[in-house]
Amino acid sequence: MSKQHVTTTVNGDPTEFLAAPGTTLLDALRDELGLTGAKEGCGSGDCGACSVVVDGRLVCSCLMLAPEAEGRRIETIEGMAQGGRLHPLQQKFLEHAALQCGFCTPGFLVAAKALLERNPDPDETEIRYWLAGNLCRCTGYDKIVRAVMDAAAEMRQVRRAS
Amino acid sequence: MPQLEYSSPSTADDAVRALAAAGGSAKVLAGGTDLLVQLRSGRIRPSVIVDLKRIAGAVGIREEAGAFVIGAATPGAVLGEHAALSKAWPGVVEAANLIGSTQVQGRATLAGNLCNASPAADSVPAMIAAGATCVVVGPKGRREIPVEQVPKGPGETSLAPDEFLLEIRLPPRPPRSADAYLRLIPRTEMDIAVVGAGVSLTLDAEGVITAARVALGAVAPTVILVPEAGAALVGSRLGDQALEKLDAAAKAAARPISDKRGTVDYRTNIAGVLARRAATIAYQRAESRA
Repeated sequence: MSKQHVTTTVNGDPTEFLAAPGTTLLDALRDELGLTGAKEGCGSGDCGACSVVVDGRLVCSCLMLAPEAEGRRIETIEGMAQGGRLHPLQQKFLEHAALQCGFCTPGFLVAAKALLERNPDPDETEIRYWLAGNLCRCTGYDKIVRAVMDAAAEMRQVRRAS
Repeated sequence: MPQLEYSSPSTADDAVRALAAAGGSAKVLAGGTDLLVQLRSGRIRPSVIVDLKRIAGAVGIREEAGAFVIGAATPGAVLGEHAALSKAWPGVVEAANLIGSTQVQGRATLAGNLCNASPAADSVPAMIAAGATCVVVGPKGRREIPVEQVPKGPGETSLAPDEFLLEIRLPPRPPRSADAYLRLIPRTEMDIAVVGAGVSLTLDAEGVITAARVALGAVAPTVILVPEAGAALVGSRLGDQALEKLDAAAKAAARPISDKRGTVDYRTNIAGVLARRAATIAYQRAESRA
């Protein structure tokens, strides 16, 4: 089984890696590129811990083969903070204690960022439905939803001020 | 995983060649939301995976003389964002968008939902009600068949091992037409249908139904078209009598199994209920277009 050469863009950087045809994008990110933020929770697309954005689309990286990434633009949790400065969502997750064990957190952050890019002012129901594919066994979700709403409010305020 | 290869042909002909060369041990990849799960669980052990996404037209929606042509690898999220498609076929789009999470919507496709051949596939009753067809490509060329001819049983399709589904076509829509899809699940999202019902109908200027198709999911080994249920609506304004006849026809057609999601009696009863409710929504939508 020969490995395939894959050329892609990860968090804005041109990136190449080798992947066996049957491996997932999640495996390639973690094992080939050392980007261990995306987690394998279920490995079947149910839990969202492996969420990444591919060509602007939120997906489970466990449900995508690594060679499919050829020529695609991939965004992961590692690209979220800018030069050590946390994204407002990350900051609000800290302030609201929207995490406990933290295993689901990268997936929630990537998914929530994708939501706020489409809808800067989601209501609670919209947030809960959008995040229905991200499972958390610690928080009970309320703190996560509050953190997302608070981050959205702050981001709207910053946008108005600028 | 032994000796798996990945192939991403850029033409339909190359895809057929790749499938034929594998002699029945290939699997077609569109969105992958079912395929990857089956692959990783060991339920399937293909020698090669043929990814359709690099074939021109495989991802995207185009309009052709009033018909919508949906590429086999077009994800659900793209359907939901397509204003003209959502307006013409709200039932098909709502059915497709019910499948899985936001993440799954970023990948899962109508063609994959159809070829995975689950009796509970949400988009399939809506597509069958819509009179959708699909273009199947193989070594002998292309053929267009009704969607209901694809599933043969749970996990089984009528496609040959060297054939694949290239696109789905939704026919031109007469005025005052609309569709709807409803499913029953015990929660509000992220679940598999206990029963699903798709209804598509056309009204005349007086609000009388001139054409209707009804399809049911999760009440038989495949999604089923129920011609008697459609016939029960034609000639009516969807009054109580027509709804009763629809209910009876849907129940009569249902031959479900009992499992953890529901019993035979429950599913049969719900088939009637959902058919009535979906017909009512489709009728209101069609009326509002008059």
